[in-house]
Amino acid sequence: MCLGIPGEVIEILADKPDLARVEVSGVRRAINIGLLGDDKPKPGEWVLIHVGFALSKIDEAEAKAALDFLESIGQAYADEIDALRESLIE
Amino acid sequence: MRYVDEFRDADTAHALAAKIAGLCEPGRQYKFMEVCGGHTHTIYKHGLEDYLPESITLVHGPGCPVCVIPMGRVDDAMALASASDVIMTSFGDMMRVPGSRGSFFDAKANGVDIRMVYSPLDSLKIARQNPDKRVVFMAIGFETTAPSTAMTVLRAAQEGLENFSIFCNHVTIVPAIKAILDSPDLRLDGFLGPGHVSTVIGCRPYEFISRDYGKPVVVAGFEPLDILQSIYMLMIQLSEGRAEIENQYSRVVPWDGNIVALKAINETMELRPYFEWRGLGFISHSALRVREKYARFDAEELFEVPGVRVADPKACQCGEVLKGVLKPWECKVFGTACTPETPIGTCMVSPEGACAAYYNFGRFTRQRVKEATVR
Amino acid sequence: MTEQKNWVEEALAEHESQVDQRHFSKVAPGEREALVLERIDRARRARARVKEERITLAHGSGGKATHTLIEAIFLDAFRNPLLEPMEDAARLSMAGGRIALTTDSYVVSPLFFPGGDIGDLAINGTVNDLAVSGATPMYLSAGFILEEGFPVADLQHIVASMRAAAEAAGVQVVTGDTKVVQRGKADGCYINTAGVGVVPDGLDLGVVNAKPGDAVLVSGPIGDHGVTVMLARGELDIDTDLTSDTAAVNGLVADLLAAVPGGVRAMRDATRGGVATILNEVAKAADVSVIVAEDDIPVRAEVRGASELLGIDPLYVACEGRIVAIVDGAVADAALDAMHNNPLGREAAIIGRIAADPPGIVLLRTAFGGTRIVDMLVGDPLPRIC
Repeated sequence: MCLGIPGEVIEILADKPDLARVEVSGVRRAINIGLLGDDKPKPGEWVLIHVGFALSKIDEAEAKAALDFLESIGQAYADEIDALRESLIE
Repeated sequence: MRYVDEFRDADTAHALAAKIAGLCEPGRQYKFMEVCGGHTHTIYKHGLEDYLPESITLVHGPGCPVCVIPMGRVDDAMALASASDVIMTSFGDMMRVPGSRGSFFDAKANGVDIRMVYSPLDSLKIARQNPDKRVVFMAIGFETTAPSTAMTVLRAAQEGLENFSIFCNHVTIVPAIKAILDSPDLRLDGFLGPGHVSTVIGCRPYEFISRDYGKPVVVAGFEPLDILQSIYMLMIQLSEGRAEIENQYSRVVPWDGNIVALKAINETMELRPYFEWRGLGFISHSALRVREKYARFDAEELFEVPGVRVADPKACQCGEVLKGVLKPWECKVFGTACTPETPIGTCMVSPEGACAAYYNFGRFTRQRVKEATVR
Repeated sequence: MTEQKNWVEEALAEHESQVDQRHFSKVAPGEREALVLERIDRARRARARVKEERITLAHGSGGKATHTLIEAIFLDAFRNPLLEPMEDAARLSMAGGRIALTTDSYVVSPLFFPGGDIGDLAINGTVNDLAVSGATPMYLSAGFILEEGFPVADLQHIVASMRAAAEAAGVQVVTGDTKVVQRGKADGCYINTAGVGVVPDGLDLGVVNAKPGDAVLVSGPIGDHGVTVMLARGELDIDTDLTSDTAAVNGLVADLLAAVPGGVRAMRDATRGGVATILNEVAKAADVSVIVAEDDIPVRAEVRGASELLGIDPLYVACEGRIVAIVDGAVADAALDAMHNNPLGREAAIIGRIAADPPGIVLLRTAFGGTRIVDMLVGDPLPRIC
């Protein structure tokens, strides 16, 4: 029920403006974008898909910030492991 | 898969785990509740607890909209479906939920026309294709799904469909959280806030949790790194003596929620004065029903619904599991009399039920398995 | 209301004897969970019983309900040493040698889908069941149940597919049967095929032979067939470029057996219930643990995408041209090479290994690094895939 999947918008259907075709890992489906109101997604943008509707746009800047944070943690950890490996306390 | 795989990276998980462990005060126990059934599912599916120190316990909350439907409402739905000219449509999640006389799945085997749909819009298609039948959509879910149901009703109204209605069982998350906070049985240190519900209602509705109860809340995404990062953020708040609402899932959740979605819900539905939640009793203003303006799409108006209150089987301890008082394996009938094929309660059959998640994914002694899986 | 009381009381009464509440209360909290898990394990090993009064779609899914039905009704009635191993084919001593005998029925809907049709499945499925039992497939029977009104052109198309598949597999259809039923039954066309093949002396494959240290291999990406058919029904409005993986694997199997003589413990055809079901069957039959790594399991991006969208797990989705092989750990690499050298095994992979502990359980090390169980399938997420 909480199942929401990120998908990339491929095209807005010309004859049905409240529908967009999205792609999830090579799988394509038409979904309803009515819940995004006037903030219609453009091809190339990503949305969160839930039971056939786009619930929200994925904010690329926020996503990048989240990933940068996670990477930094990963990097700091990797650095520390390296340091640990290299330091010899005899 | 983009926006999914990056949030499942094992190396980052190790790093975060180390940071989380570093924030644990010696001798102190931490209890966080993940409200949302989807979070419980992720935690068990990815083996997230392997990354947490012993001093942190995750308590499973009532955020499973299928789990909280009382038996009586399941019986009502079954009564609706059994009418000879009715086609009942439902999400797959509902199929195995037991009523007093079996589940949708059993009813289907007995010839009742119940069809699984992926989207409520699929019900409209079925209604259009079967003008001599009446299609009833079993509407379940928290505020995540209510907008989709609302849009479907609006669509049906636009098209002038005359053979479509919904049996509305949408519930709202905030009253459930409040019931947990007011419950004397639990002492929680913080909450992992529901991710997708917040996409609709935003983060403001949780402010009362930090303001009135002094507990921190981090609205969390559904990938394992999202949850791990959210736990990290909770630990930081605790170590700094703060109790605030934070949004870890900011790539999807807007602080103010989705106005269009909220408007759609408001246009088509209103709050019921009270609603019975399985195991939690009657909670006021916690569920939605169809507004009078759209009564022609309200199955409770169009059909005779028995509306009989059915008590849970005595052996069923779903209520305590939903409140986080019991871990799934602590329920007396867990895994023996109550299994996914022979469920006594809802927690074992909903894909987001804590019991189902534990039984299907987590049913092993962590220590033994640690030894077995080390390469 | 009495009905409600009854089924719960029955379920409880059944387990009363196994619950020792006094003992439970004397146990330290940290050990309680282990005790509960032990109790559950015992309940799971209890004798199979079909509790439902009517057949449901779950009974056909290849998961728990199917196994319970087979054990409680069919095995119980027909019980004999030849049936009990319940492998993909029975191995029989006859006329001075050994043959393998198998049968399968095909009820797939829709009949025609990207990558093949019911005819392809009917030949390949039975050929594969013989092959994984160590037999050289030779002769098939084909029984048809046709619905009144079914287009003859469609039947010809299906039969043409069967002829091509039989040729590719090197087998012959030597006998058959035809029945016609009234409009409204049989969904167009149901097919049953049975097959026989010759088993060489000394080759005794069976999941019961799996030993700690053995490796688990899969011959290619999983879930292609099930997802293709599910999407071909058109109800979900999802498009992909996926096609069914239906193929005869007897050539691949022959290459494998030749490359590592004596090194293959067992092979299974991964159909209904998917790879997860086979792994559970191995764990249960040999009383071992099967430990697999999510990162090592080949899954096509589209199968993953469709599965995420629909909330299903590729491990439980049917294939129709993939095998799972349990081989001696020492020859795992040689086995993998043999598969890679065959056109149907180019994407084969070693996905895990057999361990002694915890017995009867399949564990998955997730891509995330945590561990979870892979249980037998419950219910039927994808009806009528085969």
